[in-house]
Amino acid sequence: MIELQSIAKAFGPVQAVREVSFVARDGRITGLLGPNGAGKSTTLRVLATLLKADAGTGNVDGHGLQEAPLQVRRSLGVLPHSSGLYPNLTGRENIAYYGRLHGMEGAALQARTDELTRLLDMAEFVDRRAKGYSQGQRLKVAISRAMVHNPRNLVLDEPTNGLDVMAMRALRDLLNRLRNEGHCVLFSSHVMHEVASLCDEVVIIAHGRVVAHGTPEAIRVRTGTDTLEDAFVAAVGTGEGLQ
Amino acid sequence: MRVLGAVALKELVDNFRDRRAVMSALVFGPLFGPILFAMLVSFTLDKAVSEIDDKVDLAVSGAAHAPNLVLFLEQNEVIVTPLEVSAEGARAAVREGKHGLVMLIPESYAQAFSNAQPAAVQLFSDSSDNRTGKYASRVRKIVAGYGAQIGLTRLLARGVNPEVSRAVVLDDVDVSTPAGRAMLVLGVVTYFVLFSMLMGGLYLAIDATAGERERGSLESLLTLPVQRSTVIWGKILATCCYMLLSLALTLAAFTISVRFVPLASLGMTANFGPAEAGKTFLLVAPFVLLGAGIMTVVASFTRTYKEAQTWLGLVLLVPTLPIIFAGLYSLRPSNALMAVPSLSQHLLMTSVLRDEPLQDIHIAISVSTTLLAGLVLAWIAARLYRREAILG
Repeated sequence: MIELQSIAKAFGPVQAVREVSFVARDGRITGLLGPNGAGKSTTLRVLATLLKADAGTGNVDGHGLQEAPLQVRRSLGVLPHSSGLYPNLTGRENIAYYGRLHGMEGAALQARTDELTRLLDMAEFVDRRAKGYSQGQRLKVAISRAMVHNPRNLVLDEPTNGLDVMAMRALRDLLNRLRNEGHCVLFSSHVMHEVASLCDEVVIIAHGRVVAHGTPEAIRVRTGTDTLEDAFVAAVGTGEGLQ
Repeated sequence: MRVLGAVALKELVDNFRDRRAVMSALVFGPLFGPILFAMLVSFTLDKAVSEIDDKVDLAVSGAAHAPNLVLFLEQNEVIVTPLEVSAEGARAAVREGKHGLVMLIPESYAQAFSNAQPAAVQLFSDSSDNRTGKYASRVRKIVAGYGAQIGLTRLLARGVNPEVSRAVVLDDVDVSTPAGRAMLVLGVVTYFVLFSMLMGGLYLAIDATAGERERGSLESLLTLPVQRSTVIWGKILATCCYMLLSLALTLAAFTISVRFVPLASLGMTANFGPAEAGKTFLLVAPFVLLGAGIMTVVASFTRTYKEAQTWLGLVLLVPTLPIIFAGLYSLRPSNALMAVPSLSQHLLMTSVLRDEPLQDIHIAISVSTTLLAGLVLAWIAARLYRREAILG
């Protein structure tokens, strides 16, 4: 379970996140929705303890972001916005490297890599160098790498960017399976229909603040709109986007 | 500790599979340096040796006015080509390269000579041309020798002891040992050794920060439950391994290439066998941490591979600057100089090449100050890695 309370973060004069609070529960897929520059990535970076919040607190499975950053990182699997692989290593080596940095080794690590290979259907390419991977193959390895230590919570920053239909389906299946196994899944996106089709709960962020929070249905009803997209526009307010 | 090892091992394997990194670290530096060195030195030595026995071509205009001088020139390995030109013609012939050297003996020569007046001859040469410059100075010496000889006989003929004209006599004593003389040549070696050692770690140092960022793998890496300082130390460790490997290969290549340099033909000997190479390795090895530290610190400020390469290209010159100073001021090892990293390695390496005894205190100061500076830089690199701005 992930909890954030009144997180704020500025980079010099730019106030990237003003006040973000939400809870992402176990066994749920929570979508962080917002236009570009709303503060999604910064929020997730604060959550992953890559950045220190200027104000506010948060915890992952009860481990405080400030107090126990290493425990937080252990409880999280993070797929950042830019999630490059090492092109000279094979997929399996990429995954095993992260396993070792998590303190895994030997037969246990081998078994886990095999398990992930099966789970994500990677047998065909996992022993090839990552240099020639397709977008979908890269994503699968990157997700396996983030999940090598079998974390309870999974955080993905814009994972659907640039995916084709098949890779998109595979990702959706995986996230659903993880949810059903009781994991807490949090991902960010600026693409409406992805969030609508995947998420149990949606957190809409604009201008560094949470403007709506709840199930897609509830948000729709509250804003009195027909689709989540209209709800999004209503929640974010005009003056955002292309205008 | 296990994490440190995992990071270092991954970096070693990763870079070993990168053809560009391997070529620059383990092939270009260690091989090109020594080969270039051997070729360059052989060429210069060959030239120096051959020019000593070379005959000098000299075009002489008005040879008929001074048959004895011409005979003396011919007895001293000068090939005389008769020519009839004016002063203007001689000047033009040299400038246009028709003749390297032209000597003009005026008609007045014979008259002045028989009156025991100074008899003038003119020598036309181009001093900006290295080759004819050397020949001209040989002709000058021969003519001066002829003049001195005639002068002596004139004094004798007048009943004066020729010795009175020799007021002061200078006796030139050269104390340089054969190995010392070879230093002029081997001085280049220390430069190549330090440079190719740094090259060995260059790609890895860039990869550790700018490379990870450009590939987009840095952010993932930093979300892992490991201390950032451990990660950067692992990367520095791998960089050090590459630099040591590059250093060893460079030294091995030098022991081989030195054999092909004809130092013996100039009466020089080169002390660079396996024993000297081993000693040099141990003396230079402490510099590895410092080099890795500098490169990692600089690379951590850059955003892309290209930017890092540009900056590091400049940074690579910094450790080699003291070597140039050492050459300009002919510095000798001293306790104070041993506290300057890279300069101390240069001076110690030079001592090994000169076959001079090494002082324990010099080695102790060199190793400790260099290691200390390396630790400070590595510590700075670790601090920089903890900045939020490292994410770019």
